Amino acid sequence: MEEKVEIIATDEKQEFIINMGPQHPSTHGVLRLVVSLQGEMVKSLQPHIGYIHRGIEKMCESITYPQIIHLTDRMDYLSAHQNNEAVCLLVEKALEVDISDRIKYIRTIMSELSRLQSHQLFWATFGMDLGGQTCYFYGLRDREMILDIFEETTGGRMLVSYNCPGGVMYDLHPDFQKKVKDYIKYFRKKLPEYDAILTGNVIFRERTTGIGTLSLQDAISFGITGPSARASGLSCDIRKHEPYSAYDRVKFNEVLFTEGDTCARYLARVEEMRESLNIIEQLIDNIPEGPYAVKMKPVIKLPEGDYFQRVETARGELGVYVISDGNKNPFRMKFRSPNFVNLGVLNHLAKGFKIADLIAISGSLDLIIPDIDR
Amino acid sequence: MSNISEYFKDVFNGVLSLLKGMRVTAGYFFKPSAIVTQKYPENRKNLVMFERFKGEVVMPHNENNEHKCTGCGICEINCPNGTIEVIPKSIITEDGKKKRAIDKHIYRLGMCTFCALCVKTCPSNALAFSQKFEHAVFDRASLTKQLNKPGSQLMKGVE
Amino acid sequence: MRFDFIASYVSAFTGPWWKIFYDFSILTGAVDEWLKGSVSPFWTTVIEMVVVGVVFLLFYAVVGLFLVYAERKVCAFIQNRLGPNRIGPFGIFQTIADLVKLLFKEIIPIKNADSLLFNIAPYIVIIVNFMALAAIPYAKGLHAIDFNIGIFYILAVSSMSVVGVLLAGWSSNSKYSLIGAMRSGAQIVSYELSIGLALITIVILSGTMQLSEIVEAQRTGWFIFKGHIPAVIAFVIYVISSTAEINRGPFDMAEAESELTAGYHTEYSGIKFAFFYLAEYINMFIVASIAATMFLGGWMPFHIGNLEGFNMVMDFIPPFIWYIGKTFVIIWIIMLFKWTFPRLRIDQLLTLEWKYLLPINLVNVLIMAFLVLKGWHF
Ligand code: SF4
Ligand code: SF4
Repeated sequence: MEEKVEIIATDEKQEFIINMGPQHPSTHGVLRLVVSLQGEMVKSLQPHIGYIHRGIEKMCESITYPQIIHLTDRMDYLSAHQNNEAVCLLVEKALEVDISDRIKYIRTIMSELSRLQSHQLFWATFGMDLGGQTCYFYGLRDREMILDIFEETTGGRMLVSYNCPGGVMYDLHPDFQKKVKDYIKYFRKKLPEYDAILTGNVIFRERTTGIGTLSLQDAISFGITGPSARASGLSCDIRKHEPYSAYDRVKFNEVLFTEGDTCARYLARVEEMRESLNIIEQLIDNIPEGPYAVKMKPVIKLPEGDYFQRVETARGELGVYVISDGNKNPFRMKFRSPNFVNLGVLNHLAKGFKIADLIAISGSLDLIIPDIDR
Repeated sequence: MSNISEYFKDVFNGVLSLLKGMRVTAGYFFKPSAIVTQKYPENRKNLVMFERFKGEVVMPHNENNEHKCTGCGICEINCPNGTIEVIPKSIITEDGKKKRAIDKHIYRLGMCTFCALCVKTCPSNALAFSQKFEHAVFDRASLTKQLNKPGSQLMKGVE
Repeated sequence: MRFDFIASYVSAFTGPWWKIFYDFSILTGAVDEWLKGSVSPFWTTVIEMVVVGVVFLLFYAVVGLFLVYAERKVCAFIQNRLGPNRIGPFGIFQTIADLVKLLFKEIIPIKNADSLLFNIAPYIVIIVNFMALAAIPYAKGLHAIDFNIGIFYILAVSSMSVVGVLLAGWSSNSKYSLIGAMRSGAQIVSYELSIGLALITIVILSGTMQLSEIVEAQRTGWFIFKGHIPAVIAFVIYVISSTAEINRGPFDMAEAESELTAGYHTEYSGIKFAFFYLAEYINMFIVASIAATMFLGGWMPFHIGNLEGFNMVMDFIPPFIWYIGKTFVIIWIIMLFKWTFPRLRIDQLLTLEWKYLLPINLVNVLIMAFLVLKGWHF
């Protein structure tokens, strides 16, 4: 591949520029990629972002901490719960609130459920990006059941807004445990089907192996996190390195691959689904009794200073940084969103591959555009 | 020779993996019981939403047209996006004291993000979520609602 | 004009009326006789041509609409959905409603498009379809033109649809369309080879290219059984490469909706889009019919050697039903392909053709020739 890029670079006149997006079926939202092509080969590409910029960071400066939570839902809408959790953990850390074990367990289970549904949607859309449309429906069919579980307990399907500083909004629904256990049983049966349709498929393997390889060095220097980085062998799971909530009480493996190609990124996510099932299984039967929320002051003011909290969302590391001047709203709030950083590597990966590979690569990075634009 | 056997192994394994996938899809084709589609307008009558489903914010009234809202305005303060507007009035109670009460509790459904902060923080539990989800209207103005019914009063015993 | 057509029709055969379902030549022969008796030979030809044309037009529309509906239902069931279910019982009128919608849609003129080529491209695709449809034997005696090089003719005309696709992509003045058309050109040209060779395998076995004779030759058993191993291989290769030839998934590079939005017909709207859309389905019907004719005996009922009783029972099912049944089984397989597999990449598509299908095919032709030479077939 290296040589071909050389040749392309010398032949300037052959450039053929196409605009992918902001209304393209495979950019999963309003991402615009300006791709310059040589024949079918991608010469370079430039992402243009900001089509769904809502100024969430700025908005946060004028609202209180409990109110911020509902905005974080709308960044990475597939990891809504983990985003909520990040802000809550930060506030609890700053105020040195001790939360009960029950809250920790609930949060962990909910996080893993959202990771599961996020990866299911990844599986579905990745299959569709590669042209296997049936994957989309199978993935959504199974995800729907998790959404139902969410809805029953939190009242929301995608934008759950379930966390609040000091705990969670409502207690678990009485049916929650049973439904989750049923679901685990159901989904364990469906996973082999996923493998039969996509993972094992020879066309899929051909389309993904060796495509868009990200080396360990590059993963580190581009700051990639999440399954995309773990596919390159970079151990970066916050759940392992800096356990929060109840992650220090469960046994699970950090899914690591060394290939770093599109296929490895895909496999990392599929394996993470299995790990998530394991984590939930360990917790679901022994959720301790206790209050589901600690009583907090009606007006939450963080002491002066700056605070940082990171969590592992379905796409990588979400960092929340707050500078507080002692008021009820933050002086400055910064989200280090995984997707924005992961998008940066797209040009590096897709260079020298074909358009079809570009779709596969961007699909395998599993980008969520509202999280990039914020 | 090994090349040739490799070639045929490739072909064989490839075809096998394709057949595995086809077995799954063909299996579903012949299994109509797996269909998950819900026929929505037809099943409307027996469609039950989860009780916690956040359809829209409502103010429950009892049969005497009484609600629990004292007009304190906490929900308005807590709402992150100005969805709620509390217009208070002052009334004179029986023992001759001036008291704050609700005149209009305005709720703009089009702006609500269903964060549930109003419902959670209301000191007298006057608000709740309804399970209604069919919000489509022809006129944007009808998304602005007054939650306390006309002529309604504060429930006895709610301060 | 006198209606002695009825009389001559009745006198033309002595059996009960339903016999025509077993041999349509009774009906067509009677009509022909009657026309010849009433008007001059020139007008006979003209009237017969018009009648055949109208019949094909109707057939085209009905088959196209039905296949669109069938595909939607099939993919819905595969995907655990219900599919169209609103218009009419089980949604059977859905495609008709869609067609009406497309008829009423505005045909958007494209800026800087080559309007002549842009406008004729869909017609080229449609015309090619008709030409291929004409040469297919649908049932005994239901066969518009019976060339002595029938299969060769069908191959020749069906490969012309690439011209329409290329023109559509080129003239649209859209980059996506152009890439789609380029892909389609490379794809159809190379897969044409595999189709040809797979069919030649059967031509070797049958010894003729005339479709009616090929069907007749399968009276004692379908070619897929007669030619056993090489015929089965040829059948598999034919199904794969014809899927590629008609630009259907997993080989739908030309319209790869996740990459090129809609490929070569991105810029078309209204009825012209409908033409491309219908043509895709009719193409599928054509390749499935050819597969049914060449490998599964066309309208010939399932016969086993000398088992007279069994053959009689099979003969009881009208040939037309046999033909439709076989065609739809193959169409179902092709649909299953599309709804199961991810799409190939363009270079992998060519690799599959030149590295796998073509060599296997060539060896297969040799094996078949050897088989026929030695008389090792049934
Ligand atoms: S609804 Fe509740 S919080 Fe809002 S004004 Fe009434 S009593 Fe106060
Ligand atoms: S749910 Fe949230 S956004 Fe809606 S009215 Fe209540 S506080 Fe405001």
